[in-house]
Amino acid sequence: MEYHAGNYEVIVIGAGHAGCEAALAAARMGCKTLLVTLSIDSIALMPCNPSVGGPAKAQLVREIDALGGEMALNIDKSRLQIRMLNTAKGPAVQALRAQADKRRYQREMTATILAQAKLDVLQGEVVKIIAPGGRVEAVVTRTGARFGTKALVVTTGTYLKGRIIIGDVTYEGGPNPLPPATKLSESLRELGLELGRFKTGTPPRISRKTIDFSKMEEQPGDDRILNFSYMSPREKKPQVSCWLTHSTPETHRIVRDNIHRSPLFTGVIQGVGPRYCPSFEDKVVRFAQKDSHQIFIEPEGLDTDEMYVQGMNTSLPEDVQLAVLHSIPGLENAKIVRTGYAIEYDYVIPSQLKLSLESRKVQGLFTAGQINGTSGYEEAAAQGLMAGINAALKVQGREPLILKRSEAYIGVLIDDLVTKGIEEPYRLMTSRAEYRLLLRQDNADLRLTEVGYRIGLATEERYRRLREKVAQLTQVRAELESSRISPSDARVTGLLAARGSTPLRDGVSAWELLRRPEVSIEDLVAIGLVSDDVDAEVREQLEIECKYEGYVRKQLEQVTRFEKMESRRIPEDLDYDQVTGLSNEGRLKLQTVRPESIGQASRMTGVSPADISVLMVYLEKKRRRTGAERKSEQVHGPVAE
Amino acid sequence: MLDDTIAAIATPPGEGGIAIVRVSGPDAIRMVDRIYRPVPGGRTLAARPGYSLGLGWIVDANGDKVDEVLVSLMRAPKSYTAEDVVEINCHGGQLPARRCLEETLKQGARLAEPGEFTRRAFLNGRLDITQAEAVLDVIRAKTAKGMQIALRQLEGGLGQRLRQLEERLVRVNAMVEASIDFPEEVGDIDVTEATGELELVAREVARILRASQRGRIYRQGIKGVIAGKPNVGKSSLLNAVLREKKAIVTDIPGTTRDVVEDYINIRGIPIRLMDTAGMRDTEDLVEKIGVEKSKEALAEADLVIIVLDVTSGITAEDRKIAAMCEGKKTIVLVNKEDLEARHVSPGELAELFPDTPIIHGSVKEEIGLEELEDTVEAMIVGEGIRVDDMEIMVNLRHEQALRRVYQHVQAARKGLQEGVTLDCLAVDVWGALEALGEVSGKTLREDVIDRIFHDFCIGK
Repeated sequence: MEYHAGNYEVIVIGAGHAGCEAALAAARMGCKTLLVTLSIDSIALMPCNPSVGGPAKAQLVREIDALGGEMALNIDKSRLQIRMLNTAKGPAVQALRAQADKRRYQREMTATILAQAKLDVLQGEVVKIIAPGGRVEAVVTRTGARFGTKALVVTTGTYLKGRIIIGDVTYEGGPNPLPPATKLSESLRELGLELGRFKTGTPPRISRKTIDFSKMEEQPGDDRILNFSYMSPREKKPQVSCWLTHSTPETHRIVRDNIHRSPLFTGVIQGVGPRYCPSFEDKVVRFAQKDSHQIFIEPEGLDTDEMYVQGMNTSLPEDVQLAVLHSIPGLENAKIVRTGYAIEYDYVIPSQLKLSLESRKVQGLFTAGQINGTSGYEEAAAQGLMAGINAALKVQGREPLILKRSEAYIGVLIDDLVTKGIEEPYRLMTSRAEYRLLLRQDNADLRLTEVGYRIGLATEERYRRLREKVAQLTQVRAELESSRISPSDARVTGLLAARGSTPLRDGVSAWELLRRPEVSIEDLVAIGLVSDDVDAEVREQLEIECKYEGYVRKQLEQVTRFEKMESRRIPEDLDYDQVTGLSNEGRLKLQTVRPESIGQASRMTGVSPADISVLMVYLEKKRRRTGAERKSEQVHGPVAE
Repeated sequence: MLDDTIAAIATPPGEGGIAIVRVSGPDAIRMVDRIYRPVPGGRTLAARPGYSLGLGWIVDANGDKVDEVLVSLMRAPKSYTAEDVVEINCHGGQLPARRCLEETLKQGARLAEPGEFTRRAFLNGRLDITQAEAVLDVIRAKTAKGMQIALRQLEGGLGQRLRQLEERLVRVNAMVEASIDFPEEVGDIDVTEATGELELVAREVARILRASQRGRIYRQGIKGVIAGKPNVGKSSLLNAVLREKKAIVTDIPGTTRDVVEDYINIRGIPIRLMDTAGMRDTEDLVEKIGVEKSKEALAEADLVIIVLDVTSGITAEDRKIAAMCEGKKTIVLVNKEDLEARHVSPGELAELFPDTPIIHGSVKEEIGLEELEDTVEAMIVGEGIRVDDMEIMVNLRHEQALRRVYQHVQAARKGLQEGVTLDCLAVDVWGALEALGEVSGKTLREDVIDRIFHDFCIGK
């Protein structure tokens, strides 16, 4: 029996990485929020790899943090190890990556969620979304509770019609033996949303005490203080190592001999899997010339014996999984704790969304995370945050927050999903960002904290710290630029000689001096040109701004051009059938995606430059006609008495 | 699309009194000012009001004069496009207009799409609504036609070579990007391999550009001057060359020309001979016509053939001519070698014409003419022309894009050598790929991502 159980402003379905961010953001922005999850014990579950960050993903986490999200703070609290990747490849692509203590990650996030004001948490399964006239009104749980709401964020991950596959064994299920959400899928379909089906997988977990680490290479963390969050305390923590081993020709033989039993090759798995995260059997078949692949053994937590076998995700039958593991140095006697599996699930085809992540069909319905066809905790969290923010803004009658491709990786991620359409589970990569040099993890706060503060999400404290940083940055930079160093300055001649840099011929500013590749900001601190009091983050920022000025300026010029096109809006209700001269393919694509700007339209595949010209001319024609009508109404319209 | 500056030849192709290069957009004034030298006392465009006209020169990067021009200025919004518009009125015929256009493109203007001036005029509110449909027609018709032409071109030998370039550049991009996005699976970039690929790309792009420039030389010809004091044998030389080949007919398709009065043909290269003081049948030529006038003719020339008279020795006049030709592509023909009296020593020649090909011969006896033609050909189109290069007719838009490919590739090579970090290196590697994409009309970003997964075993 259905009963009325209460009213909320925002309801979030699912408490994974997207759901947590969405619920926290909405509640922190002042909305009365309800978070419904299949299991309260599974809040912020990491069902796959035990790590956060990496190229592009680290930038996302920093951006989430800068806006006032939770992921960065939470991983800083619960990490086992942290490293900076790509240190020699330039500041734009440097990326933090942390190994997480999975249980601790869940515990910390659960605590934060439960303590959050204006946020209620409920264990239950939403089976129905009620949206009469294309507008979300309420949700109903399996037990009959009906909650009224103004906005709904659906973040159900891989649980929609989830199906687990291990060899020839298949059963309905979500990750980490939780039940799948079967009814919700139907409800979304009934609302007119088009669903697709994807596949992903996870490797087996093995028992630490059955591993011989002496045959492996140790992978320690970095020996310096590193944090994801700008707000986390700067303290050193013990680092737990990962281990590296390799598959052998014998491993590959076992895979090949049993390939007929793999559901990927027998056709049991129909969903499309990600190329960046292929199953081990896929790697063996596709890269037949390689007789060895890297296998990383990573801890899942301090209070568990489980180890994650990175690089070994597989849906081979259990007996084959064991044989494969035993052929790998160090794993000869390994015992499986959890079997690896593939999972198929429904996702919402994301080209049906607006850039705010609201459905174009159903007002007030937002989707975020893996349900939108992405993969990765970070991608999920970033979308969850944006969906939560935009749900709250909608309830508050404010304009949606849409981050541009030139502003944030979050903008790249969402624009890609909505504009380009996806053919495999989407993972963000730095190569997808056109303005990579501007979107660095070191300047996420400078790019976004102001935005987060303005919408009421970033806290006063966070904003205060940003302003302090900006003030110091501006001041020190001005000092460096205006200072004059004479070629005879003994401190500088000494430094240049020591660094093997050519001596000064004329007077230069300290800023120009810093531009030399051989001179670091720490050198300038050492010889007293930069004060000791200047904060480490500010120093880093100054150095990057100075050394990369030329390249950064190049990108800024590109951004100016890009933004002109982005600012040319296309009305939401434009009837493309009325636009004469469009190519057929272009018209079809434009009708499906309904781009919000000329810029977005020009990025769509199948839309030619000629189509864009035609569209621009049509819009201008329309604008003038409306202008003319308005004018004639003013002249000829009835005169008020 | 509306924020950049565009340029194109606005007058119909073919010979006419004048040709106009139109430049429109926010940077039009700044760009043209960089290549425009007003006559003494004239003002730069920036200093001039709208609706004004000025006389001066368009100059190239070296400051050499390209053409004498009238430049008109219309300031926004009072112009055809409602943007700042500069119109360069140059001498008729395709060559001066093309060269002026090229100079504006080198300053960063983009070659206008078909109908783009009109489209801008409409979008900026200059044309009324009834004209909108006409604008649409222009866009559709011209782009469709342009596309056909481009496609036809891309089906040929050029297309194949471009696809190979694309393939290589996509590979280099994938190497860089894979190393950035999948550091643990892929590791560091192989600098030697990347450099090698980039070198191949640079070489091939340079070859296409060179071939295209040659193609242009064959199609449009060069300006030449035969210089020398009176009675040195200039007219005989001209007649000797003309007698052999009345019409300029070459094996290269599309380059057949009718006999043009002032064109001679050397190995298929049309050379327009310009009037110089030395060519007039006057007594005291240099004094009479004036050094300045001769200098101007020589300045315009792509090639100068200086004729000397071995019987008279090197005179003061010869020295004057030599001085005027400094810095030009020059060939020296020492004439009348069939006569007994020889008063020119090799030492003198080497001193007066360092690094210059010197041919000894006799126009009258037709000695040395073959060598002269060989030298002209080598000097103008270079050696070792390959047959397949002949097919390459790159249009200006492609050439412009290819030049950018070249610049980016060179910058990337330099970056690799100097150990620039990958994030910055990628700016040029992407830049090269995007510029190449403009030639084929493709966006290649997705190709790179596909390539990463194809070439590297990704997935920990």
